[in-house]
Amino acid sequence: MNMNMNKNGQIHKTSGQPHILLAGINHETAPVEVREAIAFQEHEIPAALDSVLAIRSVHEAILLSTCNRIEVLFTADDPSDTVPLIIKSLAGLKKIDPKRIEPHLYMHEDKNAVRHIFRVASGLDSMVMGEPQIFGQVKSAYRLAVEQNATGVILNRLTHKTFLVAKRVRTETGIGGSAVSISYAAVELAKKIFGALDGKSVLLIGAGEMAELAVEHLAGNRVGSIHVANRTFERAVELAGKYNGRAVSFEEIPDILSFVDIVVSSTGAPGFIISREQVRRSMRGRRNNPIFFIDIAVPRDIDPDVNRVANAYVYDIDDLKSVVDENISQRHREAVKAKRIIEESALSFMAWYESLDVVPTVVALRNKIARIAESETRKTLGSALKHLAQEDKQAVQRMTEAIINKILHDPTTFLKNSSSRKEKHRYLDITKRLFKLESDSQKYH
Amino acid sequence: MIDLTSFAALFFYTLSGAAYLVYLLAQREKVHLYGYFLLLAGFICHAVFLCGQAVMLGHLPAFTLSHNLSLAACSTAGVFLLLNRRMNLKFFGVYAVPIILAITLVSVMLPEGAPYRGGGTDIKRIADSAWLITHVITMFAANGAFALACGAGIFYLVQEHAIKNKKRGFFYKRLPPLELLDSAGYSCIVAGFAMLTLGLVTGAVYAELVWGAFWRWDPKEVWSGITWLVYAALLHERLVAGWRGRRAAIMSIAGFFIVVFTFLGVNLLLGGHHGVFTRV
Repeated sequence: MNMNMNKNGQIHKTSGQPHILLAGINHETAPVEVREAIAFQEHEIPAALDSVLAIRSVHEAILLSTCNRIEVLFTADDPSDTVPLIIKSLAGLKKIDPKRIEPHLYMHEDKNAVRHIFRVASGLDSMVMGEPQIFGQVKSAYRLAVEQNATGVILNRLTHKTFLVAKRVRTETGIGGSAVSISYAAVELAKKIFGALDGKSVLLIGAGEMAELAVEHLAGNRVGSIHVANRTFERAVELAGKYNGRAVSFEEIPDILSFVDIVVSSTGAPGFIISREQVRRSMRGRRNNPIFFIDIAVPRDIDPDVNRVANAYVYDIDDLKSVVDENISQRHREAVKAKRIIEESALSFMAWYESLDVVPTVVALRNKIARIAESETRKTLGSALKHLAQEDKQAVQRMTEAIINKILHDPTTFLKNSSSRKEKHRYLDITKRLFKLESDSQKYH
Repeated sequence: MIDLTSFAALFFYTLSGAAYLVYLLAQREKVHLYGYFLLLAGFICHAVFLCGQAVMLGHLPAFTLSHNLSLAACSTAGVFLLLNRRMNLKFFGVYAVPIILAITLVSVMLPEGAPYRGGGTDIKRIADSAWLITHVITMFAANGAFALACGAGIFYLVQEHAIKNKKRGFFYKRLPPLELLDSAGYSCIVAGFAMLTLGLVTGAVYAELVWGAFWRWDPKEVWSGITWLVYAALLHERLVAGWRGRRAAIMSIAGFFIVVFTFLGVNLLLGGHHGVFTRV
């Protein structure tokens, strides 16, 4: 066996370890025109993966394409040459000039690439910090790559680790905790007043994207009846049909206030639509049950003094915005914890990755077997063969060493000469698992 | 007045309080379960202690201030454990357990007091009556329930203030929704009121047996009557006029002050035939 050890006993890499690389553009580096030009639909991804894998130095690849980011995660021998080739082939598929992408491109190598994919999957790199959709998108990108047989030992391990990290970040930090959109913030507040929202009745006054979104979120929480009031009754009927609710006229609003729980208001009216006096009077009929006004209109629809009526709560657009801002800064504080988890996990992944080379594996294997042989011969020479003379004992030891060398010769040659990189890593991984080599030197998670 | 069981009770109460404190700060779901089961362990030890005292004394341990406070703490723990199972009141441990712990601590530190030899009335006869035992237990359970209602009221006011004034602070995230606090307080008051009524009736029947009169305008009786009226009014207003929310919360806090005065203040300040029960 010929190991290349240097003077300090450290091992030189006899073969160049491939690099983990990540190249891409996202919402921060590239404008939407560029992103949409290079974005791949799900059905286009297999072809894109094939074209990336066709590049000689690329071993494994995953393509993540969402509306906010297009990233290629891959392993390759020569990072500097490979990225332009990948860009060229992907741009070619999309029939755009690679020069349009290049200025927006970022590239990460090895540990930075690992850290980046952990960040992305955990939602730390998203436009809205901590948003959960990206996790599913990474998952489906991985699924597509597996179906295309585009992943091997390294990226398989890396993506599984990524899923674990993302789950840990989600459960151990509050990064996805509280609402960061106006409509979700309104629903969350409603839950702080009413608890569960099922069976609560809702009144929507006016229309508008944000108000309708809020009502949709409320409907998603199984609220009870939904009433819709609008200046033009036709529009009210139309919206009511959408939510399976009841259209009412503006004149009926004071009556409705006596039983409805949540009012979402968003009209273009110049003055207040609901006055303090109206709400005060409605309290008797509603037996002081709480009522929550969500006023999304500018100028406001609900007299702010309504908030002074007992058991009535008014939140206008600014109040909701400040809730959202607070929650966003809360998420950013939580991101610090998430970064620590990511850093730890990146370190432990890199430890595994760096050990995935022929020489350290062979050394570990040899050490393990030598250790077993040594302790067993010592045991036997000390007891059953105690009567042997010193030369005989040495002969037994020499024989043991010869056995080890002969046994290890074929596997060592095989591992060193495995034809493709992808294959080689698989066999290294199998060897490590077969002989349980990981726990011998370092712990990998 | 400290022995192994009361020490164990104190020990578990302290751990439970610590668990609820951690729950308050860290908001980990599991931690409140630890708090709950530690409180349960404390409650069992406490109950064993009180039963032991009863056996040793030959009557209910309700004739010294120390014993009565101990009973009060134990019954509050019992009511909390029951209600916590029936409703989602885990946050209440943050309030209930420190109170239980504090009362138990005071009861342990107080001197036990000389065994009671009733002036003219035979202690055995007083204590052995089923009427009296029911009276004592229901009254203490009522007090425990009212203490929890008071806590619900305080939490309600804190949470209501946060939502109304749009100042979401430390408690906003941790406290349960307003409606839940309101209905929890209401349930505590309903339970407490039922116990109080039963306690008053059994007390009256017992008074008739011992002193020959259902009602003798003793200060303790008068204040118990006032307590009953206050809670009756609260429940009536809720059912008829829909009193809920802030006003109900303030009333349940005020009601509990009257309860505390009736329990301790009357004996310490006004005297009367229950005075003998708070001897130090």
